[in-house]
Amino acid sequence: MTTTTPETPTSTVQPGQVQPGTQGGAVGAISNYLDERTSISAVVKEFGRKIFPDHWSFMLGEVALYSFVVILISGSFLTFFFQASMAEVVYNGSYVPLKGLEMSAAMNSSLDISFDVRGGLLMRQVHHWAALLFIASIVLHMLRIYFTGAFRKPRELNWVIGFLLFVLAMGEGFTGYSLPDDLLSGNGLRIIDGLLKGIPVIGTWISYLLFGGEFPGTQIIGRLYTLHILLLPAIVVALIALHLVFVVVHKHTQYPGPGKTNNNVVGYPILPVYAAKAGGFFFIVFGVIMLMAAFFTINPIWNYGPYDPSPVSAGTQPDWYIGFADGALRLIPPGWEWTLGNYTFSLNVFLPVVVLGLFIVAVLLYPFFEGWVTGDKREHHLLDRPRNAPTRTAIGAAGITFYCGLFFAASSDLIATHFKMAMEHVIHILQFTTVIGPFIAFFIAKRICLALQKKDREIALHGFESGRIVRLPGGEYIEVHHQLDAYERWKLVSFNDYQPLMLRPNDRGEIKTSQRLRAAVSRWFFEDRIAPVTRTELEAAHSHGDHGDHGVVEAKDEAMGGAPHIRS
Amino acid sequence: MADERGREMAADISGTELVPTATSHGDGAPVGTAVVSRDIIENPGLPSHRQRVTDVDPKSERRASRIVTALFYLSVVGSIGAIVSYFAVPIVPDDPASVRLNTLFLGSFIALSLLTIGIGAVHWGKALMMDHEGVDVRHPIRGTAATRARAIEIFDQANKESGFGRRSLIRGSLIGALAIFPLPAIFFFRDLAPIGNNPAELLSHTMWKEGTRLTRDPTGIPIKASDVTIGSVFHVIPEGLEDAEDLLEQKAKAAVLLMRLKPEDLNPSPEKVGWAYDGIVAYSKICTHVGCPVALYEQQTHHLLCPCHQSQFDITQEAKVIFGPANRPLPQLPIAVDSEGYLVAQSDFHEPVGPSFWERRSDYDNA
Repeated sequence: MTTTTPETPTSTVQPGQVQPGTQGGAVGAISNYLDERTSISAVVKEFGRKIFPDHWSFMLGEVALYSFVVILISGSFLTFFFQASMAEVVYNGSYVPLKGLEMSAAMNSSLDISFDVRGGLLMRQVHHWAALLFIASIVLHMLRIYFTGAFRKPRELNWVIGFLLFVLAMGEGFTGYSLPDDLLSGNGLRIIDGLLKGIPVIGTWISYLLFGGEFPGTQIIGRLYTLHILLLPAIVVALIALHLVFVVVHKHTQYPGPGKTNNNVVGYPILPVYAAKAGGFFFIVFGVIMLMAAFFTINPIWNYGPYDPSPVSAGTQPDWYIGFADGALRLIPPGWEWTLGNYTFSLNVFLPVVVLGLFIVAVLLYPFFEGWVTGDKREHHLLDRPRNAPTRTAIGAAGITFYCGLFFAASSDLIATHFKMAMEHVIHILQFTTVIGPFIAFFIAKRICLALQKKDREIALHGFESGRIVRLPGGEYIEVHHQLDAYERWKLVSFNDYQPLMLRPNDRGEIKTSQRLRAAVSRWFFEDRIAPVTRTELEAAHSHGDHGDHGVVEAKDEAMGGAPHIRS
Repeated sequence: MADERGREMAADISGTELVPTATSHGDGAPVGTAVVSRDIIENPGLPSHRQRVTDVDPKSERRASRIVTALFYLSVVGSIGAIVSYFAVPIVPDDPASVRLNTLFLGSFIALSLLTIGIGAVHWGKALMMDHEGVDVRHPIRGTAATRARAIEIFDQANKESGFGRRSLIRGSLIGALAIFPLPAIFFFRDLAPIGNNPAELLSHTMWKEGTRLTRDPTGIPIKASDVTIGSVFHVIPEGLEDAEDLLEQKAKAAVLLMRLKPEDLNPSPEKVGWAYDGIVAYSKICTHVGCPVALYEQQTHHLLCPCHQSQFDITQEAKVIFGPANRPLPQLPIAVDSEGYLVAQSDFHEPVGPSFWERRSDYDNA
């Protein structure tokens, strides 16, 4: 600030002139007060009429955001009563079956919240249900982003931020789950302890330091509490803010449709429509969580009792988002542990950690991978319909299958008892689903996408069968085809088309290995492709149809035989 | 730079005519392997606006407005209802049903007050607010050439004024200092756990020693061999556990399952002959997978099942793993009977119990 421009006194009012913003009574006065101190009118000017596109799937991220707000509200209430201490106390609260039992202060205060604070149980259940909904909506939101290609340039970094939020949300979930120090959460910690000890070289020490001595020790609840209510939420809030800033910077993506282009946003303004709809939606999300909390019990710690390393109940389940990790532990075949000299290498415990780590990193890196394959450096603001990116959709289907195999494995014992199957069979089926299933899912999903694209193509060119059979003067029967109007057709013909990378030597006449690799992956990605309908094709199809009445019938045959299903 | 790469990539493709995307952002950003055709069907533009029933029918407009108002009033009812139920449906000590009612009433009324606000606002937005679609123009995310040039200029100037690029000694020493300064924080984590102990050593011993009586979990009543009938199973803790200062830590290692089988069903290996007493065997209850209590005993098959990850151990084969992710058999506690007929341990376990860890040696059995 070396140069100063003479400030124009903004408060100067010409005689007889009313300063803008001072009209309108109290509201005007408050607005004026604020603006003179914050310049907030610029913000309103900039964002007040910003356009947001409309689609139900855009709500998923909103659900995540709103349930997080609910988590903050209910969680703050809980902190007023909860004691994050493992000091032994004798329970003397209202719940008779546990009276006189020794337990940690954490469990004791959790029971007091449930049984001696009006609305305490309600808030505990609001907090827990909201947490489950938070992670569920994050996952669905991520799937929506993935399958519509919303992660493409310029949004790759926002995908990374969202991914970090997903991981942090699971961390928040797990730390919170452990806090009441009941039997179930204690067993969860015991499993974490076992997992840590399975890490080669440093595992024993990591567990020892985390628990402040031998498991379970007297430290872990307090330490998790600090993470749960201070460190992790602070990072989550910061990342959510950053996530939203990017949404504003990028402007929201939109689904392809008539009038929508890569260069515009079609929708409704923030003020008033989105303020009403999104603001109202927060209350709906909060209300639904409240209803769930009022009617459905979650985590009845009084049934489990305080933590004790000896008992465990059958059929215990982790919270759903930890299921895939627990399932991974169950699917490892026996005997995957070796001794190396004087050391023990527990691959049966370490491998699930590694595989899940790789799976998660693959999710993180996918946008960069696809960007590398296509080499497309344009901005993409129009979403893909999943069918129009068959290989991406198929990879997604494979990933979901893998995840679900692990997820259901976490309930292998319940599946066995409910469906009267042998435990061993359930595990073997799920092992198959997790390892081979993704390949099957990939194949099926890709074929379905290509088939749907073919169908779109045919409908765009020749309309759809009306079911009306007409007899022509010559005695011939034909089925009348309805042509689409330009708006309907646009949805079917506007999509991005890629072809495999052709290997070409560079200036020095050499082909680099990286290029070979990219060409191979590109071929795998794009060798089966259905090209969008071109103007020439459309005109040909239509002029064809105009010639004679039977053209519609012929057109169908042509589509069957001659769809340019390009294989290169 | 970007343009050069674009041309290079475009040159990678053959067979299709490639043109730079005129309509797209980034003006000439490389399209990679995308097929950009000139022969595309034109975007028909926005369809004409369709009016809602509330736009054309004043009656339904009035009705929608009445509904929204009614919903907001209903929300007030819900909020007041929640306050009233806070006092009217209290928690009665020693009556769990009152907790349920309290939760139900408070939750339902709060939900009513929230949902009516939400539904009212959304209905207002959808049915009554102007619903003409607006169009915003997108601008490329990347800054304009002028902005970017200015940014570079600023960095250049800052570099010149500070000498960051020129004064390599200062720069190097600063980077070094910044890399080293977080290191103390790592050492600070050492005192997360008490010093003077080796965790691997702690994991290798339990409370059991020669002559420790086997007692019932959780009462601590000693078990007579004659109490243990064939087919029965006892959850066992060492005598004196109740008085241990670190009760849970000791219990997490010392918990034992006691079973009695027909002596001929046991097939002890030579070095473990004499570890059982008249068909009574004691095994660690802590799973060798990740440490859950292996609490489920199938009396008929003599199998132990871990409810956490379904590892199964066969007691007739010295608790060998017959299914599931665990690898090692459950460690056996050698037991005997003292002069009063009570079951006692012959010694501690001969190997560490519970989950494997890196420093766990393989030769405990011979020790």
